Amino acid sequence: MTGLEDLYREIILDHYRSPRNRGELPAPPAQRVEGFNPLCGDEVIVYVQVQDGTVTDIRFAGQGCSISQSSASLMSAAVKGKTVAEARSLIRTFKAMMSVHEARLGDGLDAGGSANGSGDDGTDDVAADPESLGELAALQGVVKFPVRIKCATLSWNTLAQGLDEAEESTAPHA
Amino acid sequence: MSNPCTSAVDFSKLKGDFPVLSRTVHGHRIVYLDSASSAQRPQSVLDAMDAYYQTTHANVHRGVYTLAEEADRLYEGARLAVGRLIGAEDPEHEVIFTKNATESINLVAATWGRSNLNPGDVVLLTDMEHHANIVPWLMLADERGIELRWIGVDDEYRLDLSDLDRLLDGVKLVACTTMSNVLGTITPFAHIAEAAHRAGALVLADGAQSVPHIPTDVGRLGCDFLAFSAHKMLGPTGIGVLWGRRELLEAMPPFLGGGGMIRDVRHDGFTSNVLPWKFEAGTPPIAEAVGLGAAVSYLESLGLDAIRAHEVGLTAYAQSVLAERFGDDLTIFGPPGTAERGGVLSLAYRDVHPHDLAQVLDQAGVCVRAGHHCAKPLMRHLGVNATARASFYLYNDESDVDVLADAIAEAGTLFA
Repeated sequence: MTGLEDLYREIILDHYRSPRNRGELPAPPAQRVEGFNPLCGDEVIVYVQVQDGTVTDIRFAGQGCSISQSSASLMSAAVKGKTVAEARSLIRTFKAMMSVHEARLGDGLDAGGSANGSGDDGTDDVAADPESLGELAALQGVVKFPVRIKCATLSWNTLAQGLDEAEESTAPHA
Repeated sequence: MSNPCTSAVDFSKLKGDFPVLSRTVHGHRIVYLDSASSAQRPQSVLDAMDAYYQTTHANVHRGVYTLAEEADRLYEGARLAVGRLIGAEDPEHEVIFTKNATESINLVAATWGRSNLNPGDVVLLTDMEHHANIVPWLMLADERGIELRWIGVDDEYRLDLSDLDRLLDGVKLVACTTMSNVLGTITPFAHIAEAAHRAGALVLADGAQSVPHIPTDVGRLGCDFLAFSAHKMLGPTGIGVLWGRRELLEAMPPFLGGGGMIRDVRHDGFTSNVLPWKFEAGTPPIAEAVGLGAAVSYLESLGLDAIRAHEVGLTAYAQSVLAERFGDDLTIFGPPGTAERGGVLSLAYRDVHPHDLAQVLDQAGVCVRAGHHCAKPLMRHLGVNATARASFYLYNDESDVDVLADAIAEAGTLFA
């Protein structure tokens, strides 16, 4: 039920072995943001370049497990060329896919935790629509491994911060 | 596996004493290899705590009725048992119950440190310390302007003592682990303590990793303070120990204020209670002390020498099995000689991230820790963000090592 194949899908292993957009961008003009997972010491550095409301380029660096690294790679491929609004929407959707399932962690932990485990209510459909997530849906299996969720979301939280800082730096100073 | 000289104890039967080890996870029996983080408890410890709550509980040091007297006797009896285990000459006064080793070290930093350290004074630490023996001193450095110095780690995962006398110049306190929770290195503590005392410094031993596994004698260690936790030595969580030399403890101001630690309270002040209660404000962890006492009895029934011999044999077996099966693909961060190390194996396997390794191991029922092990300065020295750490205790045996090796091989296949 919680087999490793749910976690380590082929797409994930592929992005781990051959990460897309790994590297750095000159900052500025790009935003450089560091993200840490204090529990495990993993770190990710996201370089995001925003021009005229569009993510024109993105790179990531750092060290981490297959989940954090593949998630960063998949994320970079997904948001490159998107508008900032689209990227933010994707971040929300991705994080919802990770957090909807947090509500039913009891399922995975022990039989007694099923009180809130009715996963078939409407919220699932909104959050984890595989159509809208494309390859990112491969990371859905992570939610069955609660302690790894933070690995998957690390780069996304870091990107969100980068987008905030990019907008702040271009906002007109009143 | 264990030394035939100590074969009076049959370690292969001990798993049966630990109820949690009969559990299965993901369809496999539990192979618990995370005792350096927290050990499991035998039935006798669980029974002792259960019996205490079912038959005896009352607050200590306050009542004249029978229940309270019995609770008192059990609580103070645990203190004597702990004192016996570490060779304390005056356990009634020198063994302080705290929350854990972390609190024990914080107690020393907050009381001895605040009343003895002034701006410019030096505390000497090592690069092998757990955060519990770093951060309290960093906090004091912020508050007091004291200087922290560090003994480095050499290429063979030992403390680099080549410059010890120079490092000791002007030092007021050396705070040093007796055994690294990452490398397994047993430090030459007595040697360091002797040099420190010659230089006029006091010495604090972080014994969290060694006290559960190696015979301990505070006199032979030569320490002035010794900190350790019950939960790493088969006891419950929520209780730890600070042992200190009596004259030092007498001179130190109290730590936390409240009931139990006072002799008198007036509108304009208070006077502290005598040792050890001066440092035990509020209702202490009584049932936990009872559990710790039972844990000490269990350890003593086996003998710390026999436990150490068992773990030395098991560590040697693990080193040879892992070397044979994985060769250069697997690195163990720590000294190779079993005489100078405990049963703590920090592993790097090819380029499989420790989290991924630990995840695959979990599927086989194998519990190992992956991460920085609360020793980030050491991890920086090693040049890694994380390791996967397998650690042994008296209930582990060669079959556990075999399961570990099989599971590592599975990870190798998955991440090929």
